[in-house]
Amino acid sequence: MEPPQTSPRQTLLGLEEMELNFGPQHPSTHGVLRLKLRVDGERIVDCYPIIGYLHRGTEKLFELHPFFQNVPHTDRMDYVAAATNNLAYVGAVEKLCGLVVPPRARYIRTLLSELQRISSHLLWLATHAIDIGAMTPFFYTFRERELILDLFEQYCGARLTLNCMRPGGQPYDLPAGWVELCREFVEDFPSKVDEYEGLLTENRIWKKRTVGVGVLSAETALEYGVTGPMLRGSGVAWDLRKAEPYDAYPEVEFDIAVRHNGDTYDRYLVRMDEMRQAARIITQCLDQLPEGPIMAKRPRVLKAPKASEAYYAIEGPKGEIGFYIVGDGTPNPHRCRVRPPSFMNLQVLPEMVRGDLVSDLVAVIGTTDIVLGEVDR
Amino acid sequence: MPGLLEALRDAVGPALFYGAVSPVLKIAVLLFLGVLPLISYLTLAERKILGFLQVRTGPNRVGPWGLLQPIADVLKLLVKEDVIPNQAVRWAFVLGPCLVVAPAFIILGVIPFGPPSGSEGAPSLFIADVNVALLFVIATATIGVYGLIIGGWASNSKFSLLGGLRSAAQMISYEVPQGLALVGPLLLAGSMSLVDIVEVQRDGRLWFFVPQFVAFFIYMVAGVAESNRNPFDLPEAESELVAGYHTEYSGMRFALFFLGEYANMIVVSAVAVTLFLGGWLPPFPSVEALSFLHLSFLPAGLAGLLWFSAKLSVFLFVYIWFRGTFPRYRFDQLMDLGWKWLIPLALANILLTGLLKLLT
Repeated sequence: MEPPQTSPRQTLLGLEEMELNFGPQHPSTHGVLRLKLRVDGERIVDCYPIIGYLHRGTEKLFELHPFFQNVPHTDRMDYVAAATNNLAYVGAVEKLCGLVVPPRARYIRTLLSELQRISSHLLWLATHAIDIGAMTPFFYTFRERELILDLFEQYCGARLTLNCMRPGGQPYDLPAGWVELCREFVEDFPSKVDEYEGLLTENRIWKKRTVGVGVLSAETALEYGVTGPMLRGSGVAWDLRKAEPYDAYPEVEFDIAVRHNGDTYDRYLVRMDEMRQAARIITQCLDQLPEGPIMAKRPRVLKAPKASEAYYAIEGPKGEIGFYIVGDGTPNPHRCRVRPPSFMNLQVLPEMVRGDLVSDLVAVIGTTDIVLGEVDR
Repeated sequence: MPGLLEALRDAVGPALFYGAVSPVLKIAVLLFLGVLPLISYLTLAERKILGFLQVRTGPNRVGPWGLLQPIADVLKLLVKEDVIPNQAVRWAFVLGPCLVVAPAFIILGVIPFGPPSGSEGAPSLFIADVNVALLFVIATATIGVYGLIIGGWASNSKFSLLGGLRSAAQMISYEVPQGLALVGPLLLAGSMSLVDIVEVQRDGRLWFFVPQFVAFFIYMVAGVAESNRNPFDLPEAESELVAGYHTEYSGMRFALFFLGEYANMIVVSAVAVTLFLGGWLPPFPSVEALSFLHLSFLPAGLAGLLWFSAKLSVFLFVYIWFRGTFPRYRFDQLMDLGWKWLIPLALANILLTGLLKLLT
């Protein structure tokens, strides 16, 4: 859909507004987001996001493959948080087919998705900081992200497109020594978060660039269906891990990170808190890790009941990621619809940047934490 | 070598030799043995230091410790295709980068890298001791901004235009506090010649950054903004404006903008060293116990040059350190800082310095 065509308006000084095409090839649109901006000097009069440059028809692809073979498609949606995508999808299939996941598998899933949350937030911090001009956090966060990717690699052989869950349970048990390595990482990790915060949190320029920038009120956020850290930064303590606990979350202690101003700085603080909380959750999971089977009893070919439907959502790193699957008695889903947090959160972008400067736009795109693979699917 | 020079002097006559041949030789030596290698190795130093700050190694493939990397970079830039966009205004597009580089190099002509020679005939370590050098520095540095504006406008690209506009606003508003900051040392020294200013610091036994620390601070902040470096690198903010004014430039023309930026860093630091840190003087020149710092076993000129380079390196390191540490200011915040803080502060400093000068 093309944006509504309007002729450039005259501004106060009798000068014309300029139309600026921001992306799809632009260093800080995080992929192939295209924004059509109307700017008055550097002030943004209007912003119109244009998406679809990474559309791969993933939802249609789901219909062409059996339930088991669809997991890799989910890897490629939010490609920096594959584990949580996997989890939402297999959760939906399990709900549809009535499979009960054994406790050990539930714990492994929680471990993987919290590690994934940390790694996704690390990538967000890296790009957000570099967009605002702070170069160094990028390298610090990638140092830790590397360790997480190593853990993933040891678990399932892949680092990014993990394909690490199956409907009914986990494909592999944790390899020998994994628990110790993971423990070593999470024990060390909070001190690394301190290091990032040392560079940014009280930095004068960082605060100038983020405090009061891209303010999102709780009402607007709720109207647009914004979820995740974006919503929690605006003061709404909504977290599916608490609201509708799944996997091992009912059995671990953690706090929902909430801040109340709804600006870029508060969303930054929320995500920093979430990384600490994730480390806390991982430690508890490692302590409480039960023994036992990792796969439920399930048929060789999984068929959904006729005319069945299920929606299952989890709290991904970017917000509520949900899968709505319709079954028709065959091994393939009849229809699969994804509720991607990035797409929902992106909608609110024009509201947040109208009247701000081009520099703020970059900060706000960073703070929405979008992945275009998930926006376009 | 001295024999050769003397032979040359006798051949062309002393008037022509001192008037034309000697300065040209000095310029050639300064450019090709001094500034150009310094700039290219400054890029290597920057990448190495940034690497150190950012838990990585920096370039280490070309030559031992990456020492040949700058040469490889220059070669690459030289053989790259030089693209001039169809819609660009050709003459202005070509003119832009030259206007950035030339003034930076010209200023180096009045910087005293070492003491004037005691005896007639021995070379002094500067090209010219102009009696209005300080004015010359300010005036020439101003020309550089035209290069950025013209380059940004001539590219005929919106991002370049925005970059050019930003640089225009930024440099004009930061030239004011920078110029005002230079008035402080000028009042103290009572001369505009840079050589004189250093000599006053020697005779007064006090580097000017002690009485003029406010001016020094303002000068450095404005200098960083003036040379478009982080945290004031808005005109080329790559995450906002792609590459700002040089978005459409490629190959050697692009390299010229880079050269200009680094030359500007050196110039700003060199002026700061001369005005505030005693130029070629060793620290605490009057303290007996520290007289070994005079390095008197070296020829006088060389010792001065060494001290000058050491002080310059500190400044350049700080520039790079900034880049590894700070996020980028926003356009309007940058203007705020300049007009609301630096300029009033600089004016107050001038007033205070003038009063003190009057009373003592």
